Amino acid sequence: MYPENQIGRRPALTRRLFLALTFLLLSVPATAQLRIVVDGGVPNPIPVAVVPFGWVGSGLAPFDLAEVIDADLARSGRFAPLARSRMLERPTAGAEVDYGDWVQFRAEVVVVGRMEQVSEDQFQVTFQVMDVPRRQQLLGYTLSSPRADLRTTAHYISDVIYESLIGEPGIFSTRIAYVSADPDDQRRFALVVADADGANQREIINATAPIMSPSWSPDGRDIAYVVFENAGTAIYVQSLATGQRRLVSARKGVNGAPAFSPDGSKLALTLSDVNGNLDVFVSDLATGELTQITRHPAIDTEAAWSPDGGSIYFNSDRSGGPQVYQVASTGGPAVRLTFEGTYNARPRVAPDGERLAVVHNDAGKYRIATVSPRSGDVFVLSNGQLDESPSFAPNGSSLIYATRDGDRGVLATVSTDGLVRQRLDSQGRDVREPVWGPLRSTRLAARSRADEPLE
Amino acid sequence: MSRFSLIICALLALFLAGCQQNTQTEAAPAPVMVKEEPVVRAAPPPPPPPAAPVRMMPNLIDTKLVYFAFDRSDIRQEDRAIVAAHAEWLADNPRLRVRLEGHADERGSREYNIGLGERRAQSVRQALMLQGVGGSQIDTLSYGEERPAVRGQGEFSWSQNRRVEIVYLP
Repeated sequence: MYPENQIGRRPALTRRLFLALTFLLLSVPATAQLRIVVDGGVPNPIPVAVVPFGWVGSGLAPFDLAEVIDADLARSGRFAPLARSRMLERPTAGAEVDYGDWVQFRAEVVVVGRMEQVSEDQFQVTFQVMDVPRRQQLLGYTLSSPRADLRTTAHYISDVIYESLIGEPGIFSTRIAYVSADPDDQRRFALVVADADGANQREIINATAPIMSPSWSPDGRDIAYVVFENAGTAIYVQSLATGQRRLVSARKGVNGAPAFSPDGSKLALTLSDVNGNLDVFVSDLATGELTQITRHPAIDTEAAWSPDGGSIYFNSDRSGGPQVYQVASTGGPAVRLTFEGTYNARPRVAPDGERLAVVHNDAGKYRIATVSPRSGDVFVLSNGQLDESPSFAPNGSSLIYATRDGDRGVLATVSTDGLVRQRLDSQGRDVREPVWGPLRSTRLAARSRADEPLE
Repeated sequence: MSRFSLIICALLALFLAGCQQNTQTEAAPAPVMVKEEPVVRAAPPPPPPPAAPVRMMPNLIDTKLVYFAFDRSDIRQEDRAIVAAHAEWLADNPRLRVRLEGHADERGSREYNIGLGERRAQSVRQALMLQGVGGSQIDTLSYGEERPAVRGQGEFSWSQNRRVEIVYLP
C-alpha cells in the first residue's frame, strides 16, 4: 500500500495503556521514543467505549485494533474512552449491543468490531459505531487489509469515527517529521519521520552537522530540508520511499527555509547575495528556474504559501524587527500583516488559509500565536518561554511546535482553540522543528457498508 | 636591578616578536567542523632561555571571537582592536583567507537567526574590507543558533553565543 511504511519499520514490542486522559506509549526499543501525554481536553468530551474486537482465525489475533483506536480518540482530547476493565460486556457486532447496559456504563458511543483471517496475509475487518442515546447504528464498514497494514487500518477507523462525530477530517493517519539532535554530541543530527501517535519512527537522514527546516511536499512523498555541508548550506529534496535525494540549491551564502508550493511544483527558499542580504526566491523544481520574490536590504526569509498558491507569507525585519508580510507568489510589493508586538516570525498558514501561526514575542517570552491575515489580531496559544517552529495539522485543528523542557528540546501540540494540549517527549534526544505531514488518502480495499452484523 | 630589568624587557620584546601562540579562546567544548591553526610566520632565531619566568602577553589576533549585543550586529567598541588586528594581518598577507562564522543566541525562530548570524558576519567582513582586506579573502557562513558555544538559557549563555568566529583557512 505505502512502500514508505514498510521501509525501516520496527514492530512494537510492548504497549501499556493508562486510562483516563493520560497515555504512555512505549513502542520502540530503539534509541528514541516518542511519549505522548495529553494535558487537558474539551469541557465535555464524548464518552466512548471502544470494545476489543472479536477475532476469527487461528491462534491469537495479530493486532489489537481497538487499543489503537481507543488511544487515537483519547489523544484528540475530544473523547473520553471507557476503560476496558469497566466493560462488563464485549459485543462484537451491532446486534449484540444492549443499549440499556451501555447507558449504565455511561457510554454515549460504542464501537464494536471483529477481525477475520481470510488468508495467511489477508484480514477482513468489520466495525460498527453505535449511538447509545438513539439506540441505533451510526455507521459501519467492512474493510480488507493485509497484515502489515493493520495499524494503518486502525488509524483509518479512528479517522472515520472522528469525522462522523466531530465533523472535520481526522488526523490519525498522518505523520510528522522533526529534527533530532544528540544533546551530548554536537556532531549527531537526524531527520526523523514518525506516525502522528509517535509510532514507527524512522530516521530518513543522518548528518554530522545541523539539519534544519524540513518541509513536506503536498503529496507526502518528499521532504525538503537544509543541511550544513562543505563549509556552507544546501537544500535537498528527498523521496521517503526510495531515500534518493536531489540537490535543489547549494549556492554560495545562505540556502534556507525551503517551502513546497501547494501544487508541489515549486519550492520557495531563502538565498543571500554577496553582501549577505537574505531574500525570498522561488525555484521551479522541474526547470530549476529561479524567481526573486523579495528585494530588500532587510532580512527576508521563512516563506510560506497560501493554500491557493497565489501568495507567499514571509518574515521581514524591514520595519526594525521581524514581522509577517504578504506578497504575490510571482513577486511584487509586500504588505505588512502583523502590527501587534515587536516580534512576529516564522509564519505558517492554516489549511483553510484563514489564519497564520507565528512565533510571537509575548512580554519577553517566545510563544506560538495565531494571527488573522485580515485584521492582524494575535491570539497567543502556547505558554512556554522559548516556543518556536509551529506547524498546522492538516485538518487545521491543532498546531505542533517545539518547546523546552529544561535544557532539552521537546515537541508539543495545542489545539487552535487552546483547549487540548499534548507533550511529546523523545527521551534522551533533543528534538526540534516539527512539521505535520499532509492528510493521507487511505485506499483500503473492498470498503463496504455493514448495516447488518455478519454471520 | 635595572640592568636585569633591561634584559627581561629585551627578552620579552624578542619573545613577543617571535612567537605565535595557539590558544583557542572560544568556549565551545567540541571542535567545530573546519577550524584551522593560523599560519605561522617564519620564526626568527629563538631567543635564549630567560633567566627568570617571563610573563607572556597575548597577541590580539589570537582572539578569533567577536561578540555582539542582543539583536545587534554592529561591532562593539571593545572588539574594534581585535578586528583591526585581523585586518592588518590579512591586509599584510593577501594570500591568507578567513571564513567569518556568524551565530545568534537561541531565542526566536531559527531561519531568522540564520539571517542575524549572517548580518554579524557581514558586519565584520565590512570592517575588514574597510581596513584594506580584499573581499576575495573573506567568506561568510551563518550557523544561526545551530552551533551554540554554550548551552543553556539565561543572559550569560546567550551572550556567549552571539558571536562571529574568525576561522583562518588552510
